Amino acid sequence: MSTVVTSPGTRPSRGPITDLLTGGGPVRRALWLAQAALVLFSVVRAISGEEALTSSSTMAAALLLAVPIGLAALGGLFSERAGVVNIGLEGMMILGTWGAGYAGYQWGWAAALVGGVLFGALGGLLHALATVTFGVDHVVSGVAINILAAGVARFLSELLYTDNEAGGGVTQSPALSSNPPDISLPVLSSGPDWLGDLEGQHIFLISDVAGVLRGVTSGVGVLTILAVLLVPASYLLLWRTAFGLRLRSCGENPAAADSLGVAVYRMKYIAVIISGALAGMGGVFLVFIAGIYRENQTGGRGFIGLAALIFGNWRPGGLAAGAGLFGFADALQLRSRTAVVALLLLVAVLLAGVAIWQATRRKLLQAILAAGFAGLSLTLYLLIDELPPGIVSFTPHLTTLLVLSLASQRLRMPQADGLVYRRGEH
Amino acid sequence: MTALRRIGMALFAPVLAVVVALVISSLVMAALQVNPFRVFEVMLDFGETPAQQVTAIVVIVNRAIPLFLAGLAVAVAFRMGLFNIGVEGQYRLATIVAAAVGAAVALPGPLHILLIVVVAVVVAALWAGIVAVLKVTRGVSEVISSIMLNFIALGLASYLLTGPFRGSEEGASIISTAEIPESGQLGGLNAIFGAIGLANPPRQLYGFLPIAIVVGVFIAILLNRTRFGYDLKVSGLSPSAASASGVDARAMVIKTMLLSGAVAGLIGLPDLLGTTHSYTTDFTAGLGFLGIAVALLGRNRPVGIAFAALLFGFLDRSLVPLQIADFPASVVTIIQGTIVLAVVVANEIARRVARRNAERGTATRTPAPVEILQGADA
Repeated sequence: MSTVVTSPGTRPSRGPITDLLTGGGPVRRALWLAQAALVLFSVVRAISGEEALTSSSTMAAALLLAVPIGLAALGGLFSERAGVVNIGLEGMMILGTWGAGYAGYQWGWAAALVGGVLFGALGGLLHALATVTFGVDHVVSGVAINILAAGVARFLSELLYTDNEAGGGVTQSPALSSNPPDISLPVLSSGPDWLGDLEGQHIFLISDVAGVLRGVTSGVGVLTILAVLLVPASYLLLWRTAFGLRLRSCGENPAAADSLGVAVYRMKYIAVIISGALAGMGGVFLVFIAGIYRENQTGGRGFIGLAALIFGNWRPGGLAAGAGLFGFADALQLRSRTAVVALLLLVAVLLAGVAIWQATRRKLLQAILAAGFAGLSLTLYLLIDELPPGIVSFTPHLTTLLVLSLASQRLRMPQADGLVYRRGEH
Repeated sequence: MTALRRIGMALFAPVLAVVVALVISSLVMAALQVNPFRVFEVMLDFGETPAQQVTAIVVIVNRAIPLFLAGLAVAVAFRMGLFNIGVEGQYRLATIVAAAVGAAVALPGPLHILLIVVVAVVVAALWAGIVAVLKVTRGVSEVISSIMLNFIALGLASYLLTGPFRGSEEGASIISTAEIPESGQLGGLNAIFGAIGLANPPRQLYGFLPIAIVVGVFIAILLNRTRFGYDLKVSGLSPSAASASGVDARAMVIKTMLLSGAVAGLIGLPDLLGTTHSYTTDFTAGLGFLGIAVALLGRNRPVGIAFAALLFGFLDRSLVPLQIADFPASVVTIIQGTIVLAVVVANEIARRVARRNAERGTATRTPAPVEILQGADA
C-alpha cells in the first residue's frame, strides 16, 4: 500500500471512473444522475412496453403536476429558511385556489393570479402573526390554519356562489372568464413538430429523450414558465443578496442575527408572507388547470410540497427535483394505471443495482435484503396487470415516504427551524 | 396557590380562547351580512319538547365520544412532543378492517365485540408504529410521514372497500362492507333516561360511552401516576434530561406512538358498533384532524379533552339546524378553526403570565424597567 499524499481541500483520487462520476461538484453529479435515470426509464419502457412512462403527454402532465408542488415547496423554502416551519402551506394553497376562483370568474386570468396570491399571502400573514408575534408552536399553528382555510373557503363559497347567476355552488366557483395563454417551442414542438415525429418511432433512448423534451416544450402555460423561473430567482435572492443572507440568518441563529442588527421579527414576517403568496400561486395554478375553483382541488399538494422541500435538503434545486419526481409519480398514476405497475420493474432494477453495489462493498446483509426486495418487486411486476384505483391513487405519497426514508439521514435543516424565537430570551 | 386559583388558571386560557373565537367569528359573519346572534340562537335552540331536548343532548354526547378518543390519541403523543397527524388514517384503516373482521366471524356477544375492538386497536397501533419506526431508524419527521401515511391509509381503505371487503350489491349508491351480525353490535344506553326520569329519545345513546370513559381514566392514570407517564412527560419537556436519567428515547418514541395509535383505533368504533354496523363510503371522516383541535383545547389532559369534545360535539350538532334555518353551516368549521388558533395563542399567553407570576414570587426585588418594557411589547 502506498500512501496517497493529498493537499488539504482536495479529495484523494479514487480511480478514473469514480472521479468521472462523482468529481466536478454537485452540478456534474446531478447531470450524471439525470442521464442514468433517463437510460433506466428507457430500459424499463422498452422491456415493459409502457409507452406512458416517457411519453410527451405524461411528461407534460408531470410538469403540470410538479408546478403546484414546486411552488408550495418554494413557499416552504422561504418560510423555513427564516426558521418558521410551515405545515399551513396546504391551507394557504386552499385560500389561493379560492381567491383565484373568485377573482378569475369576474375579471379573467390575470386577476385570478393576483387574487390567489393575495389570499395565500393573507394565510401567511396569519401564520406569521401566530408564530412570530404570539410565539405559538409552528406545527400547531399550521394545522389550525389548514382547518381554518378549508372552513373559510367553504363558508365564502356558500355565501357568494349559491345564488350566483354566473353559476357555481357550495363547492365550486363559476368558470374563469378567460384562460391564460400557453406557448409552444416553434418547429420542434409545434408546426413541423420534429420531436413529436421522433417520439412516435419508439426508438430506444432517442424517442424517450424526444418524448421528455416535447412534453416540457409544447403548450406550456405562462404560469409554468413563471414558476420554473422562480426556482433560480429564489436561489439568487436567498443566496446571493444581503436580504437573503439576513433571511437565512434568522433561520440559522436568530439571536446572533438580532445582535448584528437584523430585524428578526420583520424578516420572519416577510418570509412567511412570501411563503403564503407562493403557496397561493400554487393554488392559482390548479385553478388554471381546471378553469374553475373546486373544493379539495389541492388534494394534499401543500403537504407533498413540504416533503419535496425536505427531500431537496432545503435548497431550490433540490426541491425542484423533488417536485419533479412527485409530479411524475402523480402524472403516471393519472394517465395510466398499468404504467404504475411498470414502476415496480423500475424499483426492481434499482434495488438489484443497490444489491450488487452493496455486495462489492462486502455488506452481505444489505445486499441480500436489497436483492430480496428486488425479487419481490419483480414477482409483483410479473403477476400484476393493473392496480386498482384506490392503490394507484397514493403512488406519489408512497414515493415520497420511500424517498424520505432512504434519504432523510443526509439532510440538514436550518438550525433554528421550528424554534420559537423571543427577543431577549436567548 | 389555593385550589380555586389553580382551577382559575387552568380555565383561563380555554375560556378566553372560546370567547375570542366567538367574537372573531361574529365579526366575520357580520362583515358578510350574516346575523351572528341569529346563528347563535339557532345553535342554542335544542327544541321545545323534552324528547327533542334529550335527543339533542344524545346527539352531542354521541359525537363527543369519538372526538374525545381522537383528542386522547393526539394528546398521548403530544405529551411527548410527538405530533401524530396520522390519527385520521389510523382510525379509518382500523375501522374498515375491524368492520370486515366483525362481519366475517360469529362469536357470542361480548367476545365478538372484544374481537372487533382488539382488531381495530392492533391495526391502528401497527399503522402508527410505522411512523415511529421510520422516525427512530431513518430519522424521518413524524409530521411528514404521518401525513403521507394518511393518504396511503385512505387509498388502502377505499381499495379494500371497493375490492376485497365489499359487502354491498354491485351498483348500490353507497358502497359498504357486509353488516356485522347482531352479536357484534353494541346496544344503546337509553335505559338510563328512563331511570332518571327523562323522556326517552328516539336516538340511542352509544353503548361505547362507558368504554370511552374507562379508556380516559386509564390514560389519565397512565400519564399521571406511573413511571411510564413520567418518562413520557420528561422526554417531551427535555429530551436531554430524559436520556440523562436513563430513559431510552427511541423506545419511548415507539411505545408512545403505539399507544397513541391504539387509542386512535377506537375512534371509529362508537359509530361502527352503535349505529352503522358496517364501514361505508360516507363513514364519519375528519375526526383525526378535529382530534388535534380537541387535544389543544383540552390542554392534553383527559378531563379537559372531555369538555373540549363536548363543546365540539355541541358545535357539530348545530350543522343540521343551521342548514334548516338557511344559514351557511360552514360557520361551524370557522368557529372551530378560530378556537384552535385562539386557544394556542391563549395557552402561550397564559404560560407567560404564569411564568411572570412565578418570577415575581421568587424575586424579592421589583422588576427592572427593562423587564417591564419587554413585558409590554411581548
